[in-house]
Amino acid sequence: MSIARDIITIAAVSAGAFFFLAGTVGLLRFPDTLTRLHALTKADNLGLGLVVLGLLPQAASLRDGLKLVSIWLLGLLAGATVSQLIARTARQGEPAK
Amino acid sequence: MSIATVFEVALAAVVLGLGIWTIAVRETYSATVGFVAYGLLVALIWVRLDAVDVALTEAAIGGGLGGVLLLGAAARLRDAAPMAAEAPGKSVRVTAAILSVLTVVALAGAVLLLPDPAPTLAPKAVANASATGLANPVTNVLMAFRAMDTMLEKVVLLLAIIGVWSLAPDDAWGGHPGPRHQADPLGVLVFLARLLPPIGIVVGIYIFWTGANHPGGAFQGGAILASMWVLAIMAGLTDTPPVRRRWLRFILVAGPGLFLVVGLGGLWFGAAFLAYPPAQAKPLIVGIEVAMILTIAATLGLLLTGAPERSVK
Repeated sequence: MSIARDIITIAAVSAGAFFFLAGTVGLLRFPDTLTRLHALTKADNLGLGLVVLGLLPQAASLRDGLKLVSIWLLGLLAGATVSQLIARTARQGEPAK
Repeated sequence: MSIATVFEVALAAVVLGLGIWTIAVRETYSATVGFVAYGLLVALIWVRLDAVDVALTEAAIGGGLGGVLLLGAAARLRDAAPMAAEAPGKSVRVTAAILSVLTVVALAGAVLLLPDPAPTLAPKAVANASATGLANPVTNVLMAFRAMDTMLEKVVLLLAIIGVWSLAPDDAWGGHPGPRHQADPLGVLVFLARLLPPIGIVVGIYIFWTGANHPGGAFQGGAILASMWVLAIMAGLTDTPPVRRRWLRFILVAGPGLFLVVGLGGLWFGAAFLAYPPAQAKPLIVGIEVAMILTIAATLGLLLTGAPERSVK
């Protein structure tokens, strides 16, 4: 049972780390603000979500698990809001077509 | 070398590199962003050192509040007319270099000459934890064993806010701090400012309340409450109160004021200034902290909104 939980943890956290890596590469390599935001939100949503999912089997109690999930939800909320705000500012800064 | 050591070495290297980059980079804005990242990584180091209380404060102040203040200052500097570049003379530069080298030598000498093992009061603080009825040794030190320092820190916060207010122009004296923010009422910022504060207020009070027995406390909780207030102000949902309001000034002095009253009470009824009677130690400390969290939240929020700019109409 413990081995099964460890396998889930390793798989999910590795997948999360991959999304963080991909998001960082995208942030550094993509040409403009909107595509860079697109790469960043992948790291926020999927990367953090997968890391939390992977840590859930290791949580000592239901309370700790709920705390982990609420961290992910707050991260989602902050990421979604901030990327909206940045995108809106970036579009206002563009010359009108 | 365990994987945790590898992580710690990498973390220390990144923090050092980031610190050097923050100093070396030319643009104010980049330096500020570097400083915010530096603050968050230093908070991670505190977590690795099992100093979660310090980590929470560093993340809230070094990463969050300090970052916002510096970003505001950077924006203001960018808007201001570029100042005439005055290159300092050669003698000034040589003196500055000599002073810097002397400081580095003194710091390095102080670190290298530290006694081993380092003198510590930690065992005494842990052994006397039962005196107050609080289980968090950090709160014990802050609120009981070194209560004088904490009280004076709160007075310093009060002096800081008076310093910010004194930058107000004459016609705005006593008025509303900062600009009146307007945001699209259907926009995402207003949505966040309606959705987040109920969660943030609960989390802030929880961090304060759990500080008696676990990492947390009035400062960390107050910083979260302040950020919720500033969020509502930035979304235009509420205006900053005019600083001449009596209730506002009462909240600002409530924390240090109550602390001082309890301290004088200790002098009057008990053994010494700030000596709590053991039976009432916990209620007294929690009472002071309730007043302090309000003072801290109001002070940090007002520090972020800045000097009064608009007179009361």
